[in-house]
Amino acid sequence: MGFLDYAPAPESTSILHLKKSYGLFIDGAFVQGHGTPFQTISPATEQTIAEIANANAKDVDTAVAAARRAYDRTWSKLSGADRGKYLFRIARLVQERARELAVAESLDNGKPIKESRDVDVPLVAAWFFYYAGWADKLDYAGLGPSPRALGVAAQVIPWNFPLLMLAWKIAPALAAGNTVVIKPAETTPLSALLFAEILQQAELPDGVVNILTGAGDTGEALVNHPDVNKVAFTGSTAVGRAIAKSVAGTGKKVTLELGGKAANIVFDDAPIDQAVEGVVNGIFFNQGHVCCAGSRLLVQENIHEEVVDRLKTRLSTLRLGDPLDKNTDIGAINSREQLDRIRQLSDIGEQEGADRWTADCAIPDKGFWFAPTIFDNVSTSSTIAREEVFGPVLSVLTFRTPAEAIAKANNTPYGLSAGIWSDKGSKILAVADQLRAGVIWANTFNRFDPASPFGGYKESGYGREGGRHGLAAYLESAGWGQPALAAPVRKASK
Amino acid sequence: MTRLAVPKTYKLYIGGKFPRSESGRTYEVLTKKGGFLANASQASRKDARDAVVAARAALAGWSGATGYNRGQVLYRIAELLEGRRDQFVDELVSTEGVTKAAATQQVDTAIDAWVWYAGWADKYVQVAGNGNPVSGPYFNLSTPEPTGVVAIIAPQGGDSLLGLAAVIAPAILTGNTVVVVASEAAPLAAISLSEVLATSDVPGGVVNILTGSPAEIAPWLAGHADVNALDLAGAEALDWVDLQIIAADTLKRVLPPVTGAPAPSLERIVALTETKTVWHTKSLI
Repeated sequence: MGFLDYAPAPESTSILHLKKSYGLFIDGAFVQGHGTPFQTISPATEQTIAEIANANAKDVDTAVAAARRAYDRTWSKLSGADRGKYLFRIARLVQERARELAVAESLDNGKPIKESRDVDVPLVAAWFFYYAGWADKLDYAGLGPSPRALGVAAQVIPWNFPLLMLAWKIAPALAAGNTVVIKPAETTPLSALLFAEILQQAELPDGVVNILTGAGDTGEALVNHPDVNKVAFTGSTAVGRAIAKSVAGTGKKVTLELGGKAANIVFDDAPIDQAVEGVVNGIFFNQGHVCCAGSRLLVQENIHEEVVDRLKTRLSTLRLGDPLDKNTDIGAINSREQLDRIRQLSDIGEQEGADRWTADCAIPDKGFWFAPTIFDNVSTSSTIAREEVFGPVLSVLTFRTPAEAIAKANNTPYGLSAGIWSDKGSKILAVADQLRAGVIWANTFNRFDPASPFGGYKESGYGREGGRHGLAAYLESAGWGQPALAAPVRKASK
Repeated sequence: MTRLAVPKTYKLYIGGKFPRSESGRTYEVLTKKGGFLANASQASRKDARDAVVAARAALAGWSGATGYNRGQVLYRIAELLEGRRDQFVDELVSTEGVTKAAATQQVDTAIDAWVWYAGWADKYVQVAGNGNPVSGPYFNLSTPEPTGVVAIIAPQGGDSLLGLAAVIAPAILTGNTVVVVASEAAPLAAISLSEVLATSDVPGGVVNILTGSPAEIAPWLAGHADVNALDLAGAEALDWVDLQIIAADTLKRVLPPVTGAPAPSLERIVALTETKTVWHTKSLI
């Protein structure tokens, strides 16, 4: 056994007590859906985990009506302090059931247990804890005195961080006084359904949170429902665009967290060891299924070879395999569909002339897997430098001057995140000023915190999640929309 | 014997210059009673695109200026308007058909709006941004930045001068550059305002003003890939939902129509900014 060989160390699934099938969570109870149920599978084994109800338009109606009722009769009448107490309860329950949630997440999503256990689930608890404290302090949210809740929020979330995205959506919505109908992704509904049990344990009033499982048509029916006041979506730019169109003219307030093609800029004065670790974390964290992933490495030309060599060495030590194994670094690709897309884009990268390098690692027989891959000598016009791959694929480009790095980093319709690696603080701050991206990590990457706003520029969407700004996305200033200043002047004129 | 007046030729304002519409078109601006006032340029799709190019070119310099500097430039606009109050009052009386008192009140309110917004230029970052107490050894700061190039449909009812201040000032004080479609019926105040802008310290291209038909020009601006935001303040009478749908193709930020000139507000400033959050590691010592 070499030093890279580890004995298997699987996390037990005995902590899970899953049902064979799950209904929709509407008005505080699990109910049958009216669509055709579907199976959720483990992407690591392709084995069925459970049967999941499918919400159709009628179920969406029922759920939105329940949320509206809960808003009118219960939630909007509750004091901020009491809303906060419910959120604190939820945070504690998540902490208490953390291991169970982590196992369910890794099983259903395919992400390594060390990530779901140490990143996703702790952040879920932190998110509820943070926003719990805001619920009775809305006057200090920066919107002036007595800001208003919006009403019913329709929320649609992706499959890459299923429970964390749920927390990002539900915690601020409830703290601000809204009620929620949320749809988890079709391929990762499991943790949301366990979360529904947590809501029952917390005795959250019925209808305040409703969870509808289903596919794209369920989400479409939900965001287009005439009785929702707020739409929050995290997912692809294509779907975000469609949502922006469909809500035009409805007055629904919208937050969109869409795609990204982040540049991770490494200057020659960077601490190289940390930078290499950061680049690896930037694109191979969560199999690259991260909208803010550092998918474009921009490395200064004079250290290009050294950095790429070190990256290859480092990637060769990553362990790909069973997501539930505590030693696993790279888990399974979430779905066959996504795997096909990653393969297709990688093939295009090769055809367009970039140099492909793939880590030499054993691929399990069953399941969906993609070994860590680097494309070197990628040009700015190359498809893999422009399109979001959403997988463990890094494109390497070079630059000579900070100005060139900035120009290349900004040369994308996206603007979600960016990374800067340098030991020179003044250079970092000057470059950060010029990057058109909503989150900039300097000498670190992929850090998330409930106190820190997250969201994009340009076609990466609009609105922020996290922090005071994330709270404001679920509130309306009491002064907004007041009569125009000019009205009396016009009356005076005839 | 009365003196024969010297009428002014009203043109577009693009990139700090006053071109006629490349289309060669003009339209008649009339008094409230239907009398002829002037021939205004009727801007075309090409003029709109030229204006976007000018606004994009001016963005780096203007957004890179200090807030203190931008605040002084906005205040300078108020100073120059103050010096030309009589001209604007006369123009408003003739184009809007309002009383002299009402016109005077509008000019005063517009000047005060410029002053109010000028004062925000070096403060809004403090109010709309903040440090974030993250759980880890990181410096973490959120600050608002200008969204970029903003296309604006100016208020179309009355208040043709005040309406411009109410939409232009909150957009440019943060460093955005703008392409404004003026009031179609009362465009003269917009062109006279551009004369003020041209002789104040506003760099060419920061504010570009088009006269003509908003219904004709707005779709091109809404769909332009180099426009980052669309303020539909004066689009109430247009098919503004269609404009919003066009704007969704490039995921533009869209501000909805309002009735009249929107009241000065911090929300209007912040609505055309993007929050940037910068993390930096702190070493363990």
